[in-house]
Amino acid sequence: MNIKNTLTTKLCTAAVLTAFAVAAPAFADEDAELVINGEIEIVTKTTAPAHLEGHLTEIMSGWRFRSDDTQAMEMDDFDNPGMLGAEEGLAQFDTVMGSEGKACADCHDGVESLASVRPTYPKWNDAKEAVYTIQMQINDCLTERMGAEAEKYDSKKMLNFEAVLASVARGTPMNVAIDGPAQSTWEQGKEMYYTRFGQLDLSCANCHEQNYGNMIRADHLSQGQTNGFPVYRIKDNKLTGAHSRFKGCIRDTRAETFAPGSPEFVALELYVASRGNGLSVEGPSVRN
Amino acid sequence: MKRIATCFVVLGLTASAAMAEVAPGSIQFEEGAVAQSLTGTSGNPAEGRTIMTTKSVGNCVSCHAATDYADVPFAGEVGPLLDGAGSRWDEAQLRGLVVNPKMTFEGTVMPAFYKVDGFNRPGDAFTGKAAPADLPPLLSAQQVEDVVAYLMTLKDE
Ligand code: HEC
Ligand code: HEC
Ligand code: HEC
Repeated sequence: MNIKNTLTTKLCTAAVLTAFAVAAPAFADEDAELVINGEIEIVTKTTAPAHLEGHLTEIMSGWRFRSDDTQAMEMDDFDNPGMLGAEEGLAQFDTVMGSEGKACADCHDGVESLASVRPTYPKWNDAKEAVYTIQMQINDCLTERMGAEAEKYDSKKMLNFEAVLASVARGTPMNVAIDGPAQSTWEQGKEMYYTRFGQLDLSCANCHEQNYGNMIRADHLSQGQTNGFPVYRIKDNKLTGAHSRFKGCIRDTRAETFAPGSPEFVALELYVASRGNGLSVEGPSVRN
Repeated sequence: MKRIATCFVVLGLTASAAMAEVAPGSIQFEEGAVAQSLTGTSGNPAEGRTIMTTKSVGNCVSCHAATDYADVPFAGEVGPLLDGAGSRWDEAQLRGLVVNPKMTFEGTVMPAFYKVDGFNRPGDAFTGKAAPADLPPLLSAQQVEDVVAYLMTLKDE
């Protein structure tokens, strides 16, 4: 609370706050502003990208929909348990893995040299002629350049790598390309976003576009953005990847869900990421 | 011999009870409403209230609040407040709404509670796995009747 009061822009007017107070009083402050460690300014609300015309005018990070306490945890790296994953990711980066005797750091000049990765992935990979997620790329480095075993999708090790790659990109705007060779995958992801699944017959859009800001039982629905991934979930006590989150959301419609790393989820990740183009990378973030 | 006879009697009873129930596939809608009771047994409103407010059963409370069950924590706000639903709609309309609200509100986010087919990748409850071939409806025929009976008690003051 205290941290927040000092860091929140004092300008957010009482009038706006009262408007939200009716909907969800003690739960969340949708008008709070996020500054991490008192220095990294995070855009958690901005104008929607052009491709969302007719769907959304404004995009918001999931951070805005969390409770005051959860919001505060992300404002200081010492309070953010997700940063432990980023630290482990950094240690992994310097560790020799595989038969070639190489560490990531042997080829990549520090994690900072990869700061452009988190905001621009999923991204078209020319050599592989496919849209690639960060984890697919890391697996290629592991198996093709290091002689190491592929890591399981959304494994702890992968999420640690993702966490450190996100942490060095915090504050930069999400900016995934949706045209050119990536376009057909993006279209596939878009179609999936508006497809209803399961016996509850619900699409991502039914909850995250039509009903963000509303309570669904005790959960305050956000726009389901991915700029905060990987996400430290307090409820699970660990980092979660975007695909595992998608898997859970589809399962919760009483549907046969898809697997993390599946082509469906790669397409969906690209599309969902593009809905957040303009929001800052804020991972590893904290959610309930 | 005696045992076999008893068996027949038991079988006979279940068969006739099942026949009285209208199956999810044979529902007759008229402008979204379903006039015929699904079971012929009148609904129990107290049961209906429990079904609506229990997560593992109807879980209507995840989307709807109502003053009558204000004691249940964390009512959702995806759907409208149900106060006065029993005055706004008649019994047949409410039955239709619970069985399949898409027949009343096109494209609604409210699920159909007495429907077993026409889904995209239906699952086996919340396991994430594929549904069994004989996917049960979200509510049984009698549970639908109980819920309708409860909704009918939500009258305008
Ligand atoms: C033997 C050298 C080598 C090693 C070791 C290596 N990489 Fe790479 N990595 C590359 C090269 C070369 C590229 C770019 C070309 C390509 O494969 O597309 C790359 C690309 C990447 C990219 C995408 C960069 C971008 O701008 O799109 C990421 C992320 C990455 N590596 C992460 C890792 C991680 C994490 C490790 C350790 C597990 C690792 N790499 C180990 C050589 C290496
Ligand atoms: C029944 C409603 C529902 C549906 C349908 C649904 N979700 Fe969610 N989703 C939630 C809830 C509840 C949460 C947790 C609170 C929040 O952030 O909205 C959540 C969280 C998320 C998050 C995490 C956001 C963050 O900032 O941490 C993402 C990403 C997400 N959903 C994506 C999706 C996608 C993609 C789909 C479609 C495949 C989908 N969801 C379908 C209810 C739903
Ligand atoms: C996923 C959210 C959701 C769930 C779960 C849900 N509803 Fe609804 N319900 C809605 C929405 C949204 C509407 C408004 C119709 C529309 O315009 O889409 C609605 C409308 C209604 C209405 C008519 C509104 C009125 O009073 O005029 C009734 C009655 C109703 N629901 C009853 C139920 C019952 C009973 C259950 C549980 C068996 C239930 N609902 C579960 C979302 C939901």
